[in-house]
Amino acid sequence: MKASAFAYARATSVANALELLAVHGEKARVLSGGQSLIPAMNLRLVSPELIVDIGDLRELRGIAVKGEMLVIGALTRHADLLKSSHIVKCAPLLAAAAAHVAHPAIRNRGTVGGSLAQADPASELPACMLALGATMVVRGPTGERRIAAEDFFTGIYETKLAPEDLLVAVELPVARKGSAHFFQEFARRHGDYAIVGLAAQARLEGDNFADLQLGYFAVGDKPVLAKAAAKLTGVAIAPALLAEAAAALSDELDPHEDQQATAAMRRHLAKVLLTRCVATLLNRPDLHAGGSA
Amino acid sequence: MTAPVAISLMVNNERVEAHVLPRLNLADFLREHLKLTGTHVGCEHGVCGACTVRVEGEIVRSCLMLAVQVDGASVETIEGLSDSGEIADLQAAFRDRNALQCGFCTPGMLMAAQDLLRENRRPAREEIREHLSGNYCRCTGYQAIIDAVENTARARLERSA
Repeated sequence: MKASAFAYARATSVANALELLAVHGEKARVLSGGQSLIPAMNLRLVSPELIVDIGDLRELRGIAVKGEMLVIGALTRHADLLKSSHIVKCAPLLAAAAAHVAHPAIRNRGTVGGSLAQADPASELPACMLALGATMVVRGPTGERRIAAEDFFTGIYETKLAPEDLLVAVELPVARKGSAHFFQEFARRHGDYAIVGLAAQARLEGDNFADLQLGYFAVGDKPVLAKAAAKLTGVAIAPALLAEAAAALSDELDPHEDQQATAAMRRHLAKVLLTRCVATLLNRPDLHAGGSA
Repeated sequence: MTAPVAISLMVNNERVEAHVLPRLNLADFLREHLKLTGTHVGCEHGVCGACTVRVEGEIVRSCLMLAVQVDGASVETIEGLSDSGEIADLQAAFRDRNALQCGFCTPGMLMAAQDLLRENRRPAREEIREHLSGNYCRCTGYQAIIDAVENTARARLERSA
């Protein structure tokens, strides 16, 4: 189908974009890479009256390291995540995740800010941001504010962003020594939306986890930072403990049922990913029992 | 503001000026306004890959871009790649290997395959499969397409050796 008629404004600056959003509020939508918004418009799931195109705002592009902080501009594309040496060095989890986002032609347009603001519970980057302890940098009518990733995602396609707000960047702590990451998802085909996925960031000390952050996606109405991870930090991990953590994970998750999977299947796959993650990061093949789907 | 917007862009190295409604997507602009009907419109929501074109040298879904967004940009379509001879060998390999039947997906396949071959001179079959994973073909079962791309990569390497 074709999108219904709308007015179009190309923002000339962040201030200009904010002015437009302040005037038009919920009737306007921000166009970034358009890889979620345009299909939704073509399918007539959304029919904004005004499109505010931020594609020309160069100040929102690019990846920079500022001290201990990695700053990713909202207009940075998925393809840029895959090519950036900063990402490889400071947040390799994001490159691993980006490879699972759709296909090359989509990754050439889709943006980090767009994906986060869209907040599709099955998409990869929101869960990564939880695991990495990211902070969203948001500008609105009253100025700039920062929102922790854990507070940012509030529901299916819902975030703390108000209609007048613009997500301008995301800040991440640079990966420390001993950092390791794990990314895997179950999908019908590579590039499809995940049935269940896990984006994990860890810090290893000897044979144990000093820190473990498990960002699950496609397990409910928003990405989940699993509390079960706490059971696995600072201790030697035996199969029994891993099983205990998996049971806690299963209790903690409240997955949805859809045409792809039942809630029980999602719980099962989430546990499989936990096992694979722990066995892989600790290089413990003996823990792999239960790691096959 | 729902009125037509003036745009100026390069299409296959020719300057194009037009007035377009904001809702017009790039695929329809190419097909309906410029009569460049090699760019096919399948699903219209970014899944099938039949509308793949190059914008600023990179492949994109033309059904997921608005014509107003390519103001000032350079767009290349299958007609451009075909007429310049850039993919003559790839097209011949598709023909030789029966990598098309109905041909609906072929322009998008060729765009995506050439994109891979430009950045990777020795793609493994798995890499070819991955790069073309966003392009649907309902006739061939894909094997012949992978063969054709693989053969083209090999032949190009031999020619440049």
